[in-house]
Amino acid sequence: MSSDVRFTDFKSDKQPTWCPGCGDFGTMNGMMKALANTGNDPDNTFVVAGIGCSGKIGTYMHSYALHGVHGRALPVGTGVKLANPDLEVMVAGGDGDGYSIGAGHFVHAVRRNVDMTYVVMDNRIYGLTKGQASPTSRKDFETSTTPEGPQQPPVNPLALALASGATFIAQSFSTDAQRHAEIVQEAIEHDGFGFVNVFSPCVTFNDVDTYDYFRDNLVDVAEEGHDRTDYDAAKEKILDASKEYQGVIWQSEKSIPYSEKHGVDTDMSQIDDGAPEGAMDLVREFY
Amino acid sequence: MPADFNWAIGGEAGDGIDSTGKIFAQALSRAGRHVFTSKDFASRIRGGYTAYKVRTAVDQVQSVVDRLDVLIALTPRTIEENLDELHDGSVIIYDGERTTMENVEIPDGMIGLDVPLKRLAEEAGGAIMRNVVALGAACEVANFPIENLDSALEKRFGSKGKSLVENNKEAARKGQDHVATEYDHDLEYDLETTDSDYVLLNGDQAIGMGAIAAGCKFYAGYPITPATDVMEYLTGRIEQFGGHVLQAEDELSAINIALGAARAGARSMTATSGPGIDLMAETFGLVATSETPLVVVDVMRSGPSTGMPTKQEQGDLNMMLYGGHGEIPRLVLGPTTISECFWKTVEAFNLAEKYQTPVYIAADLSLAVTEQTFPPEAFDMDEVEIERGKVVDEETIEEWQNEKGQFTPHAITADGVSPRAFPGTADGAHMSTGLEHDELGRRTEDTEMRVEQVDKRTRKVDTAREEEDWSPREFGDPDSENLVISWGSNEGAMEEAIEFLEEDGVDVRFLSVPYLYPRPDLSDAVDSAENVIVVECNATGQFADVVEHDTLSRVDRVNKYDGVRFKADELADEIDAALQEASQ
Ligand SMILES: Cc1ncc(C[n+]2csc(CCOP(=O)(O)OP(=O)(O)O)c2C)c(N)n1
Ligand code: SF4
Ligand SMILES: [Mg+2]
Repeated sequence: MSSDVRFTDFKSDKQPTWCPGCGDFGTMNGMMKALANTGNDPDNTFVVAGIGCSGKIGTYMHSYALHGVHGRALPVGTGVKLANPDLEVMVAGGDGDGYSIGAGHFVHAVRRNVDMTYVVMDNRIYGLTKGQASPTSRKDFETSTTPEGPQQPPVNPLALALASGATFIAQSFSTDAQRHAEIVQEAIEHDGFGFVNVFSPCVTFNDVDTYDYFRDNLVDVAEEGHDRTDYDAAKEKILDASKEYQGVIWQSEKSIPYSEKHGVDTDMSQIDDGAPEGAMDLVREFY
Repeated sequence: MPADFNWAIGGEAGDGIDSTGKIFAQALSRAGRHVFTSKDFASRIRGGYTAYKVRTAVDQVQSVVDRLDVLIALTPRTIEENLDELHDGSVIIYDGERTTMENVEIPDGMIGLDVPLKRLAEEAGGAIMRNVVALGAACEVANFPIENLDSALEKRFGSKGKSLVENNKEAARKGQDHVATEYDHDLEYDLETTDSDYVLLNGDQAIGMGAIAAGCKFYAGYPITPATDVMEYLTGRIEQFGGHVLQAEDELSAINIALGAARAGARSMTATSGPGIDLMAETFGLVATSETPLVVVDVMRSGPSTGMPTKQEQGDLNMMLYGGHGEIPRLVLGPTTISECFWKTVEAFNLAEKYQTPVYIAADLSLAVTEQTFPPEAFDMDEVEIERGKVVDEETIEEWQNEKGQFTPHAITADGVSPRAFPGTADGAHMSTGLEHDELGRRTEDTEMRVEQVDKRTRKVDTAREEEDWSPREFGDPDSENLVISWGSNEGAMEEAIEFLEEDGVDVRFLSVPYLYPRPDLSDAVDSAENVIVVECNATGQFADVVEHDTLSRVDRVNKYDGVRFKADELADEIDAALQEASQ
């Protein structure tokens, strides 16, 4: 890995088609900075993108990447990382992608604790399909398909992660560029599944969870002297519905990544020219 | 026709039927006899009727017949279930001291051997060995040297301690002695032994072993009958070759995890059955569009919906040929025997990588759960060849860069195959996507590029069609005017049916088709035959439709969809009847 990698090396020459002002610009910039700061380069980085406005990130970044089907980005990232542990795997997608259609995978990816980073660009709306309620939309948020609001409590992704045995839970805000990049960097450096829920406002379809709203309500846990390794303190913050928190809220000191638990540590792309040595023993087993 | 012997043990699920049957099959195999087993099992752990059948001969056997010579019946229902197959002189071994068996009636003409299985087992050390007592009794009836059973018992119980093995051996002898001293029937069986060494395995195991032989390093799956054995086989074995098995949360995840591993360059596989194939359909299209090599095994069972999970059917052919929205280029291989499960799996990995495309392996329950003997050379690992296709490295990547120095993973090429760079390759960073894309892998809706990419992906299949061998397997009389065509596990039964038909003076030519897409051109064979019959285990004749489509001729159909595989003698009768009807 070369040390002279700049974050712009992770930028592709494709111009983003996100709406001007979309939070995803800032989210992506912070991810690129974090990747460069952790000594990665485009050739050892694999980005898996979900489907949504957020999922377009795979096209705008320069790295190895797969833009898959809606909701299945985490499983793809899991396979990539386990087949080649030398790769830096970054999974990114929307709140609908991760907490609705892909919610089952989220729970299990958290449990598995594969050493990769998951960035959710949470705009509390379905952007790409033009403004329907998402699992993180507010109860009374009126949309084309929920004229009276969903009338369901929003999913609390951090609580879902905690309940699933997460080893790293963080939240950031895409315009707070410095903090956001720092937080993603910590998720990358975490030995295990690094989960960051990023407030990444949709300026076109969400007039409630706006930049102004987050600016006014965001509290940085770092400024509150929060101890991220204190489970009860983390739980309290995560369940506190009165505030929006930013920062690393929970990090387990006992995280053992999947690869270490299961001894998966080789680049599986390399194989023999014929059957592997010792394969005939497999036949003899059937005597 | 092999001088065959047909044996079964039946009882309730939970009675240890499977493991007892397996021990007997193993004993026969170790005695140098060929074996073909079949299971009749219910999906409940307790309560359902279940049986394990063994057909054995000195020559290779590859199907079941409608005949039972010796039956170990643990329940009265076992006798009822098998009435059709029992014949005059069949031996039924049962425990008359068991309450449910006290008043059991042995049908006229059959020989009932009342052996106190439980009591003798207790004398040998525990009631749990009553099935082994029955095996000892069966050895005596069949005139089969009991030392072979010892060897199978050692294999089965060896890891659990010497005394357990000894107790079991004693239990078997008690059963043997009981029959020898209490009964004086003139039993004609004589199970000859030979010096041959055979291996005994089922189709799922053969697929798993084929995957390891082919360098598969990654397997993700979700348990489902009858594909679970593939995952269970690989678990604990693939790791010894640097690989890994992951049990996913569902099939949506399984195929996506396997896809991720394949994107990272690993030879990767998932296996499931119909319900799982349905869930995987969306991602299957992504695999094809992103041009990722992936092997997907469908061990078919009876459908639709949950259907009959433990019963035979070949009902997913259309799903594999056409399933998924849009038009998905793909290859579909269909092994026709258990040893072919091994070889077709090896081939599937090579084809997947050469053509950077998903490959279905269409297996079926009968292949998956049947154990059959083979000489070990049938799985000669030295014969395994690995072809990885157009993989580029640091040096060769330059040839595939555009004027801006960007790698083109979806380059338009004459044969349709583009270069592949494993992640980590310097200057190879690129994206791939399920969206239509340009040569760089980036989304496009440009009309010309759309057409070029669709054509390119289709061209890969055309190239494969020209470059590879898609021949059918040929049996019977090549000049016969009666042509039988089938696919999948029916091959064994049909091969033997040919012999039955010959005895009745009917000749047939039989083509067993192991390649479902691309597939052999059967036009000449069909055109030159007077009668054409397509045999398959489904109701509508999915392969028959395909043959009619390909050859522009009408064919006759023999279909079976009651959940039970074709038996050789039964199939011969059906073919005979179909031929007679056609000639009227
Ligand atoms: C199986 C499937 N169902 C539905 C869609 C349509 N769809 C595309 S993106 C999307 C929701 C995106 O919301 P989110 O994940 O929050 O991403 P955002 O656009 O807000 O970034 C939906 C429903 C799809 N592509 N695939
Ligand atoms: S619709 Fe919303 S989420 Fe999508 S690009 Fe525009 S601002 Fe961003
Ligand atoms: Mg969203």
